[in-house]
Amino acid sequence: MTKFISRKDLTLFISFTAIVLALPFLAAPFGAAYPDLLQRFMIFGIFAIGFNILFGLTGYLSFGHAAFFGVGSYAAMWSFKLLSTNAIPALIFAVIVAGIFALVIGFVSLRRSGIYFSILTLAFAQMSYNLAYSVLTPITNGETGLRMALSDPRVLDRMFFEVPAGTPVPSLFGATLSGWNGFFFSAVFLIATFFLAMRITNSPFGMMLKGIKSNQNRMNYTGFNTRPYTLTAFVISGMLAGLAGALLVVTDPLAGAERMRWTASGEVVLMTILGGVGTLVGPVIGAWVIKYFENIFSSFNNNILYNFWSFLPEGMQSTVVYISSKFVGEGWHLTLGLVFMLIVIFLPGGIMEGARRIGALLERISGRTRSRSELKPTAAE
Amino acid sequence: MSILKRGVSRRRVLRTGMAGILATGVSPMIISKGAWAQDFCNNPDVTGKVVFGLNLPLSGTYAEEGADQQKAYQLAIEHINGEGDGGLLNVFQPSALTGNGILGKKVEFVTSDSQTLSDVARAGATRMIERDGAIMISGGSSSGEAIAVQSLCQELGVIFMAGLTHSNDTTGKDKRRYGFRHFFNAYQSGIGIAPVLAQAYGTDRRAYHLTADYTWGWTQEESIRDATEALGWETAETVLTPLGAGDFSQFLTPVLNSGADVLILNHYGNDMVNSLTQAVQFGMRDRQANGKNFEIVVPLFSELMAKGAGDSIQGIFGTSNWHWNLQDEGSQAFTRSFGAAYGSPPSQAAHTAYVQALLYADAVERAGTFYPPAVIEALEDFEFDGMGNGPTLYRGSDHQCMKSVLVVRGNDNPSSEFDVLEVVQEISREDSSYDPAIFGGELGSAEPVPQCA
Repeated sequence: MTKFISRKDLTLFISFTAIVLALPFLAAPFGAAYPDLLQRFMIFGIFAIGFNILFGLTGYLSFGHAAFFGVGSYAAMWSFKLLSTNAIPALIFAVIVAGIFALVIGFVSLRRSGIYFSILTLAFAQMSYNLAYSVLTPITNGETGLRMALSDPRVLDRMFFEVPAGTPVPSLFGATLSGWNGFFFSAVFLIATFFLAMRITNSPFGMMLKGIKSNQNRMNYTGFNTRPYTLTAFVISGMLAGLAGALLVVTDPLAGAERMRWTASGEVVLMTILGGVGTLVGPVIGAWVIKYFENIFSSFNNNILYNFWSFLPEGMQSTVVYISSKFVGEGWHLTLGLVFMLIVIFLPGGIMEGARRIGALLERISGRTRSRSELKPTAAE
Repeated sequence: MSILKRGVSRRRVLRTGMAGILATGVSPMIISKGAWAQDFCNNPDVTGKVVFGLNLPLSGTYAEEGADQQKAYQLAIEHINGEGDGGLLNVFQPSALTGNGILGKKVEFVTSDSQTLSDVARAGATRMIERDGAIMISGGSSSGEAIAVQSLCQELGVIFMAGLTHSNDTTGKDKRRYGFRHFFNAYQSGIGIAPVLAQAYGTDRRAYHLTADYTWGWTQEESIRDATEALGWETAETVLTPLGAGDFSQFLTPVLNSGADVLILNHYGNDMVNSLTQAVQFGMRDRQANGKNFEIVVPLFSELMAKGAGDSIQGIFGTSNWHWNLQDEGSQAFTRSFGAAYGSPPSQAAHTAYVQALLYADAVERAGTFYPPAVIEALEDFEFDGMGNGPTLYRGSDHQCMKSVLVVRGNDNPSSEFDVLEVVQEISREDSSYDPAIFGGELGSAEPVPQCA
């Protein structure tokens, strides 16, 4: 029997799957257990994992990944409009279109490395955003966003059965995909993406990518042509971004240009760095933390703060509410910025490094207590 | 054992994977089981509370309008719950409101910052429906947001009472059975402003349009262009500007050499404040073109924008849904309670927000239930008065309110910092009515969606 997956990886994969599927219960104490946010957890988890395949493994920092995300969204929406409301053709179509798009942009951008590569991808992404926002409005419907309409052709649907009356919604062979169905649908893809990323990281191809990250010149001198490898990584990560973008349209059928803005590209960089570059779980955790801040912290208003600080005396309460109100609601970016700064300064490896350090500390403590208890049961202090 | 130590076999992985897939397929049924207990989304008899979800731009281009609307919603909820001076509850006719909440339940609210972005607005509305149990969503200071949220609300079976949205599409081609709009639209602005422009500036003008590049801008440009061309005006050019552009100088420079003698700014909020101020700084209002004075028109105006633009606004024509200086009982009552609560007169955005909240509450009282199809039926073709716009009809065929429209002008001699607009003319409801069929669109079904989480 051939070795397919190592014990350690299998444990990691199973526990990841279990946590993802149990999120509706695990997230409840944090006020995050509602389908829309959990869908976003899944979708941006996929986005961040995809981004990490490029950034984490090859070290190429792309500042334009939101372009692929947006292209995936638009492609999926057009599949809904032209072909069928079924999610499967939409996802396939979106991944293919995003892949071709990534191939073109990657082919040009990967001729440079380092900061020049970042700037090139940023330029391409900003170009795509402006195209979507104000030039290609017949295709993208500009700021208003692209939606499904009653009058859409939907050729495949009309070929096989009578189209039901009412506003069309994305479905999976008859089952609608909003709410909890949408969450489990996206969860399956997140788990699959995680598995794919794990396999890539441990494959010879992944080793090659890591080699490129540590010293590309040396790789070239030993006779490897590195460009096909980086381009493949770029396309895979672009396709995963497209998949994430398509899933966002499946669960919430509106494709808008905002998701292609440079801030969205920056967000996925933040997610990856916050969670831990090059780790498997890190980007997913980073994505969850950022989406949590964006959706939960931004919804706190003064009433909630007054309730939260209600144990304080009257005068102090309003002062504390005034100060803390700057960090929630519209000010959630401020909190996120602070958290990001703290992590980058004290834990350059992201949340995953923090987890490792805590793990090591616990091990040391348990080790020390054990050895101490063996040596000298009575402490000097 | 030795195999296990080295790793796991392919067969084992497949078997585990299949089990996982099965579990994934089964678990949604377990979790969503509870949802079927309600016969519609967030039924207050089941959740035990009445929550309004306020989806407002508290940051972005329309932030100021959003903040003013939030104040109005809070005031409306206070009045519905029987706190404060009662506001329009005392003058609204016919009213079923008792000042004791809705159907005996006190109203609460949750807010979400939509950042003037459609994506964020949808995420916020979904959160308020799925997590906070909102029975009704209201708000939106951009038509892009309003249309995006309105179609979401149709999908989730939650009533959407649109706030500030002026695009023809909201109750035109994108109208929905669950969406209702009290505010007027661009088409009505065109009907209202065209005769006034003809009177003031003549019928042989050449207009240059700068238009915010989204649904509202497009439809307003179309409506104003049609209305002015019907007068005999020509349209020199129409240029789209990105929403929230900030600097409009690159768009304003070509205007000077275009042979146009009127500049029409289809901008709102901060965009309008910036573009108008910059146009005035360019000296456009002191220019002559084609032997006539160069003029600027802003088809949709609000007090907040007028305040932001300062002196630039003086003498400029536009239209409004409502103005605090109207002398009828309803307008006076609302201005009084808003002023008492917040120390400034309300904007038209605040007015429409307040009225929408009251109309929803009243419709539920009249229907005797929160069941959305019944509430929709109560709102459709509802005729009321005393809300500050004269006799008003909630038209059933497109969910658009039919009422009078105001043509306003920037005040030359403002007596206070709030007295920035004067009402030039009130266009009657008969004159501002139109056939809903011209915009097409379909309302869709009123049946509630059973899958609300």
